[in-house]
Amino acid sequence: MSKQRLQNIPGNHACALGAVAAGCRFYAGYPITPSSEVAERMSAELPKVGGMFVQMEDEIASMGAVIGASMGGVKAMTATSGPGFSLKQENLGYAAQAEIPCVIINVMRGGPSTGMPTRPAQGDIMQARWGTHGDHPIIVVAPDSVAEIYSETIRAFALSERLRVPVVVLYDEVVGHLIETVDLQPAPEEQLASRKWAEGPREGFLPYRADADMVPPFPRPGDGFRTHTTGLTHDENGFPTQAHERVEAVIGRLLGKLDRHKELIESYEAVGCEDAEVIVTAIGISARAAKKAVATARKNGIKAGLFRPITLWPFPEEAFRKLSAGASAVVVPEMNAGQLALELERFAPGKVSALTRYDGEHIDPSQILKRIEEVLS
Amino acid sequence: MNEISADSFDINEYLRLELFPHFLCPGCGHGMAMRAMLWAVAELGIDKDNLAIVSGIGCSGRMGAYVDANTFHVTHGRPLAFATGLKLARPDLTVIVITGDGDSLAIGGNHLIHACRRNLDITCLMLNNEIYGMTGGQVSPTTTLTRFTTTTPYGNYEPAFDACRLAEAAGASFVGREATLQVPTLKNLIREGIEHKGFSFLEVISDCTEIYGRKNALGNSPEMVLSQKSKMRPESYGGLMSNKVDQPFRPNPFQTGVLARNERQEYGELCRRHIAAKQQAE
Ligand SMILES: Cc1ncc(C[n+]2csc(CCOP(=O)(O)OP(=O)(O)O)c2C)c(N)n1
Ligand code: SF4
Ligand SMILES: [Mg+2]
Repeated sequence: MSKQRLQNIPGNHACALGAVAAGCRFYAGYPITPSSEVAERMSAELPKVGGMFVQMEDEIASMGAVIGASMGGVKAMTATSGPGFSLKQENLGYAAQAEIPCVIINVMRGGPSTGMPTRPAQGDIMQARWGTHGDHPIIVVAPDSVAEIYSETIRAFALSERLRVPVVVLYDEVVGHLIETVDLQPAPEEQLASRKWAEGPREGFLPYRADADMVPPFPRPGDGFRTHTTGLTHDENGFPTQAHERVEAVIGRLLGKLDRHKELIESYEAVGCEDAEVIVTAIGISARAAKKAVATARKNGIKAGLFRPITLWPFPEEAFRKLSAGASAVVVPEMNAGQLALELERFAPGKVSALTRYDGEHIDPSQILKRIEEVLS
Repeated sequence: MNEISADSFDINEYLRLELFPHFLCPGCGHGMAMRAMLWAVAELGIDKDNLAIVSGIGCSGRMGAYVDANTFHVTHGRPLAFATGLKLARPDLTVIVITGDGDSLAIGGNHLIHACRRNLDITCLMLNNEIYGMTGGQVSPTTTLTRFTTTTPYGNYEPAFDACRLAEAAGASFVGREATLQVPTLKNLIREGIEHKGFSFLEVISDCTEIYGRKNALGNSPEMVLSQKSKMRPESYGGLMSNKVDQPFRPNPFQTGVLARNERQEYGELCRRHIAAKQQAE
């Protein structure tokens, strides 16, 4: 048992196994490097547990089919990379608007456009937050190891089902293809629950009337609720409305429900931030390099710390503000032209030093160490 | 299944009357198509609780909301993709897709041909009014040559699709076409389509009276509906889609009835058999 539980596998396989452990029973996708191993592993695993795998005609259809399966009450997922992530955006917005749980894996490669299919990047940080049109709620988690891809994929399902919001699992090609040991432990009991199902009287049921937790119970088709689901802005009864005072309320709840559940959603790793003069903030493989650089800096007598958002969006703002308050600089190594640095500038104005790289190579710990020394001198 | 006469069919039982008046223009063909569809559902005795309507964006797509069932109004062109996930996840539901000529043949064309190929047990009702009704009357992939639309102010010069031939070639196991002129005949076709185990593609000739009719001086709505008669050739293709046409792709007059039928493996069953075999092997 434990021998089977400890496995040396690539991140993309850990993602698939995490999804299955979380109770995902539907996968629809379209092949794209460097995410295809997620689909391949899902096509092998899902039949074993009675789940459905379907390779669709494109990413738009994949996202549609995933939402369709979830509308039927089944936990569903898709995986893709940059160009495919762009194609999924319209339907992703539908899931946010209609509050249909779903999990989207985006394994980042070099962009823009077809870019560098086999080279790593972290250029979708902003797209993951703002990719679909309009103000919308979305959760993005950013694991930095194979083990964390496994556990964060499980958590992604838990959050998506609990809050009826699309959740993106965002990691770069390096972590996706990295082979590391992972303990394939069963999903924690509290993360296994499906969405809250609607019960009670069918007559007069309002599908979008939220409970006190700001999340409405989900009417399962076939259970007699016979409700309407639409991407049009809708009132509590599920039917379209453009009455401004109603729109304000319903969109307000959509955006507000993530705020309400901040504690549940937020996750970050902080190492040595309390007395740090310089804090390094990064995700994915850049965070792995940052860890190394921070450890070396400490050894050299530099008060350096690491703040790594595991939940990238909504960004763990309060924790970051608090932990970075005493530092004089925040170094942000990222494999793009400065997307995360731009966001952090809002929380630590004037202190941010972006260490960017977008040539398809990962950032080396020595580069980060050098920057740490530079910002302190 | 039991036949229900036109007089004794009570459409109100299948409608969300609280949403009325509905938003369709007076005389719009889509309303007649809705009546035929619900009549077929009633004759088949389908439980409303187990009926799922998935519709795209358009005047056709908005229709779904008025049906007292599980209704899903999704994104433009994608109802077949959503329905594929829904039906695979929930084979116990009867899934009907309502789509328009723009929704299914332009933006959603790729999903249509792949839905035909897979042969999942979905009934797809394509309401062909030869125009983009919802967005105010632009040209569509089925607009008749020389007709005026808001984006063909000097007349349409693009050839049109024959959606039924396209569906058959892509592998739809049941293909049929009827017009709103004869609601009972249309109802029978829809009933057969729902009963058919596999993907059914049904084209409904439906008039956009308010925009297409006006712009092309096609008469008032009764006149438009009656004129469908002169365009129809109510005979089966007999397995052969003929192409004696005044347009390269879309025959006019067009044939109606059941145009193609072939029994082949339904996709959901194929999937489930594949899964069962794997589970047994484990
Ligand atoms: C992605 C996207 N593009 C464009 C539109 C605008 N739009 C809404 S309905 C429609 C055309 C509908 O035409 P059709 O499918 O023929 O339906 P009808 O209204 O004629 O029944 C278009 C282009 C949209 N809603 N979404
Ligand atoms: S615009 Fe045309 S298609 Fe739309 S409701 Fe009016 S008549 Fe029907
Ligand atoms: Mg149309």
